[in-house]
Amino acid sequence: MSLWPEQNTLPMAESSLPVQQIRQDFPILDQMINGNPLAYLDNGASSQKPLAVIKAIDHCYRHDYANVHRGIHALSERSTAAFEAARRKVQAFINAEHAEEIIFVRGTTEAINLVAQSYARPLLQSGDEIIITAMEHHSNIVPWQLVCEQTGAQLKVVPINDVGELDLDRLTSLLNGRSRLLALTHISNVLGTINPLTEIIDLAHHHGVKVLVDGAQAVPHLAIDMQALDCDFYAFSGHKMYGPSGIGILYGKRELLERMPPYHGGGEMIETVSFEKSTYARLPHKFEAGTPHIAGAIGLGAAIDYLNEIGMQSIAAHEHRLLSYASEALADIKGLRIIGQAKAKASIVSFVIEGVHPHDIATVLDQHGIAVRAGHHCAMPLIKCLGVVATTRASFALYNTTDEIDRLVQGLEKARELLA
Amino acid sequence: MNNMLRELYEETILDHNRRPRNFQHKPTGANRYARGYNPLCGDELMLYLTVNNGVIEDLGFDGHGCAISTASASLMTEALKGKHVEEAEQLFNKMHELLTTEKSTTDVMDIGKLKVLQGIRSYPMRVKCATLAWHTLQAALHQTDEPVTTE
Repeated sequence: MSLWPEQNTLPMAESSLPVQQIRQDFPILDQMINGNPLAYLDNGASSQKPLAVIKAIDHCYRHDYANVHRGIHALSERSTAAFEAARRKVQAFINAEHAEEIIFVRGTTEAINLVAQSYARPLLQSGDEIIITAMEHHSNIVPWQLVCEQTGAQLKVVPINDVGELDLDRLTSLLNGRSRLLALTHISNVLGTINPLTEIIDLAHHHGVKVLVDGAQAVPHLAIDMQALDCDFYAFSGHKMYGPSGIGILYGKRELLERMPPYHGGGEMIETVSFEKSTYARLPHKFEAGTPHIAGAIGLGAAIDYLNEIGMQSIAAHEHRLLSYASEALADIKGLRIIGQAKAKASIVSFVIEGVHPHDIATVLDQHGIAVRAGHHCAMPLIKCLGVVATTRASFALYNTTDEIDRLVQGLEKARELLA
Repeated sequence: MNNMLRELYEETILDHNRRPRNFQHKPTGANRYARGYNPLCGDELMLYLTVNNGVIEDLGFDGHGCAISTASASLMTEALKGKHVEEAEQLFNKMHELLTTEKSTTDVMDIGKLKVLQGIRSYPMRVKCATLAWHTLQAALHQTDEPVTTE
């Protein structure tokens, strides 16, 4: 089953998304950078925030703020209600079966480290294997390296083919009796590749291997469904889906989370404490030691409301249209090569231009008001395996327009003119 | 092309980026080496010098980086050939001051062609690109084993 069923059937007509109206929702977009209107094409790194999110955070601090789950007073009750309502919004948004399967963390990175230390570490023995892929972000590599060092387990890497798709035959051959966990990204932050998760998760489960998915790039772009995917863990960040930074989600199947020891110790996560022994709170609080990012969770809830109002299907269609438009327009630039040509791709375009370094491209574009990312995108092993030193990446969001892509193309022509 | 970009990508810089001098040149008898690496950028630079009796007789570099780091390394190698180590140290101090101090007092007449690098001061995110070669030079002259970075 493709997770992007519209892939080849999307009409190229004007998308139904009222983009100009949507842009009004994002006050930051209305500004000049170096004398030009801002074209923000660095959404893969972090997205901008709609007024609905800004107002929700403002409202929390102006009217409702207090610590959660503790105070016997009105503000604490209000904050707790809003915080737990945000959890249920996340649950509904990703169609998790239970609210307590939604753990508030700082972001994708913390979610993956939590699983590495609380799920994998107690389980792993010397010679066991963790499988990752060649297209992982550092945050889905280093936590596994740490746990491998701690336990003597080994890291195995699924390679990619020339267009930037996972080699599923190699994955099949890597799955064996020593495999303990498969950790892979839903969407590559460099290549834009959308991995065929349903197929991969079925395959891993067939071999009795649990699966963690890094969903940081996927959640803002496509509708996801934990029960349909049947993955064991799914990690994502608020800040890439129009919510605040410093808040993220670990989804885990309840029976797995229940068996796992706490990750951090402290307040909130305990049931009783004595110097001899403490007992731990039930899910989800067992994994939420300390005062959480209360306003962040509430802001994330507001971002989810905003996305639901627009509709993930409409967002996916709009972004797919931007991707097609950009891929075609960029291909016409002399010496430009798009890195990552998977059949199923999200609205991320990485490229190199012969004779022009990505950092110089980014500086020239910035002078034209266009924000992109240049470098290794926290995926050094992937960049090395692609045989380049760095790429420039334009990543599109629901508020981007084809006009902005035209300006990107003009900016790139200028960079070539100047530097190539 | 806007003026800000012209100031940064000055003609001499563009020229030294397109045709870097002393590039992929490892002098015979090279006896000082250092590697500079900015991990966030990915810019990497290997510097080789032949130093005899306190004089930099020959030098060259290798690696990959943006136009600013390449041109800075190229201009540096050109400026240092035949110079005394003390002169190189003085030049390092001047360049460091020029590139990193807001109101630099370095007299640009003192540094010749290297003055084209001064426009980089207006781009705080790019200063580390220009200084990488110079810090790598310091490490090579002092033979410190620590890998050099300007990030």
